[in-house]
Amino acid sequence: MSDSTNNSTEVINKLSDLLSSFICYSSSHLPDDVLNKLKEMREVETEGFSSTIYDAMFNNMEMADKLKRPSCQDTGIVQFFVKVGTNYPYMNLLHEALVESVLKATNDAPLRHNAVQVFDEKNTGNNVGVRVPWIDWEIVPDRDDIEVYFYMAGGGCSLPGMAKVLMPLEGYAGIVKTVFDQMTSYGVNACPPCLVGIGIAGSAEVAAKLSKKALLRPVGSHNENPRGAMMEKELEDGLNKVGLGPGGLRGKLSVMGVNIEQAARHPATLAVGISTACWAHRRSCIKINPDFTYDFLTHKGVTL
Amino acid sequence: MSTYHLTTPLSDADIEKLNIGDVIFLTGDLTTGRDDVHMRVIKQGKQCPVDLKGNAVFHAGPIMRKNDDGSYDVVSIGPTTSMRMEECEAEFLKETGVKVIVGKGGMGPKTTQGCKDNKAIHTIFPGGCAVVAACEVEKVDGVEWLDLGMPEAMWKMKVKEFGPLIVSIDAHGNNLIDNNKVIFNERKAPIVEEISAKLDFLD
Ligand code: SF4
Repeated sequence: MSDSTNNSTEVINKLSDLLSSFICYSSSHLPDDVLNKLKEMREVETEGFSSTIYDAMFNNMEMADKLKRPSCQDTGIVQFFVKVGTNYPYMNLLHEALVESVLKATNDAPLRHNAVQVFDEKNTGNNVGVRVPWIDWEIVPDRDDIEVYFYMAGGGCSLPGMAKVLMPLEGYAGIVKTVFDQMTSYGVNACPPCLVGIGIAGSAEVAAKLSKKALLRPVGSHNENPRGAMMEKELEDGLNKVGLGPGGLRGKLSVMGVNIEQAARHPATLAVGISTACWAHRRSCIKINPDFTYDFLTHKGVTL
Repeated sequence: MSTYHLTTPLSDADIEKLNIGDVIFLTGDLTTGRDDVHMRVIKQGKQCPVDLKGNAVFHAGPIMRKNDDGSYDVVSIGPTTSMRMEECEAEFLKETGVKVIVGKGGMGPKTTQGCKDNKAIHTIFPGGCAVVAACEVEKVDGVEWLDLGMPEAMWKMKVKEFGPLIVSIDAHGNNLIDNNKVIFNERKAPIVEEISAKLDFLD
């Protein structure tokens, strides 16, 4: 083996070991912002079945931490959203390291086998399949580090997902109606309280992708456009008034929040995309430097 | 709203005393069965490899760990979306004699009728609480149809005080989540109208 191959193997091992630990930890621990929001909501949700469900949720988080197990059995399809600095030295090895990390974590966490090949209808048994893990790349100029966002797309929480193109005359009211219809019909299956991600753009696929990116933003963060932030707040308050409650068993609240992301639209189209995250919103983000030191951004103070 | 501690196998009389909103803790046999199991038993007409008469079926796809001696442990097991099984569940109840379905979210009118006809109930285990559930499993008795993959196989388990299980469909034709959805939909329309009025952004 040449020196450079040796070196490549070593880099892939180091990166995938770190990323695998990052995945394992993320599968049993919610990010700080989600955890804080759930604590806040638990204080309010005290009637009917709410306390029973919240008690089970918090008990579950404690046990997942203590026993080092995935907190939900549905560890989803693994999705990575990666911001890569143009000066990051291992750009050409990153794809392989990400896939390798999923194989390792599947064995170590262990994760449930969730990749079913389309047409063959066979579960690959290792969470790797055609275009899975799903990897979304973003290039960042003049940086030499990477930021890896990780998300476990479970079945129940992916179920309310949709995108459609409205006529501009339907207006933002059309978006509101679409969101409410989707949440009252499918929301109960997505283990509420959910975080609702909405994308608004000119075509369906852009709106859909932005709706997922919106879920990667922290709970409690706001759209950078003041009208966007206002719409987030209106939707959040309105959905809460519907009172889905934890598990859809009724309560005073429905959602952890509503995050909207947008792209300029075509004059003749108003596309909306919706993605939902369940209460077990296993999203995490790690910044990795060229020397493999890291900062676990969503889980402060945690050493992997 | 009452709390019951039940042990399998269950009789018609055990089921008839239950109402939506009651809470159950179950002891005895619990077997997983979801999409592919329903597909095989109902659509493909295959013989169900586990005797489910009087017992409970769990809509769940667990994470299992195989031990060196070939036995299995449950790592994480929580309910999956029951609505996916709506198409086949009534026939599944009739075919297998299952008395208790465990899942999450609601089920539809066909299952509600199926529960009435076959003296069965649907119950909800708190979603996402898979480690709590795993710790209420005493023992894994075995597995059938493992060729379907880990989440879809039939895992046979002994459980102790498994719950809380909230009765969402009883054997008298009542459906808790359907009732809730009526309320959600009534509340929805005026709220949508109120918000929409504030979102006319065209100058
Ligand atoms: S919706 Fe989320 S918490 Fe519920 S079962 Fe699916 S992954 Fe788990």
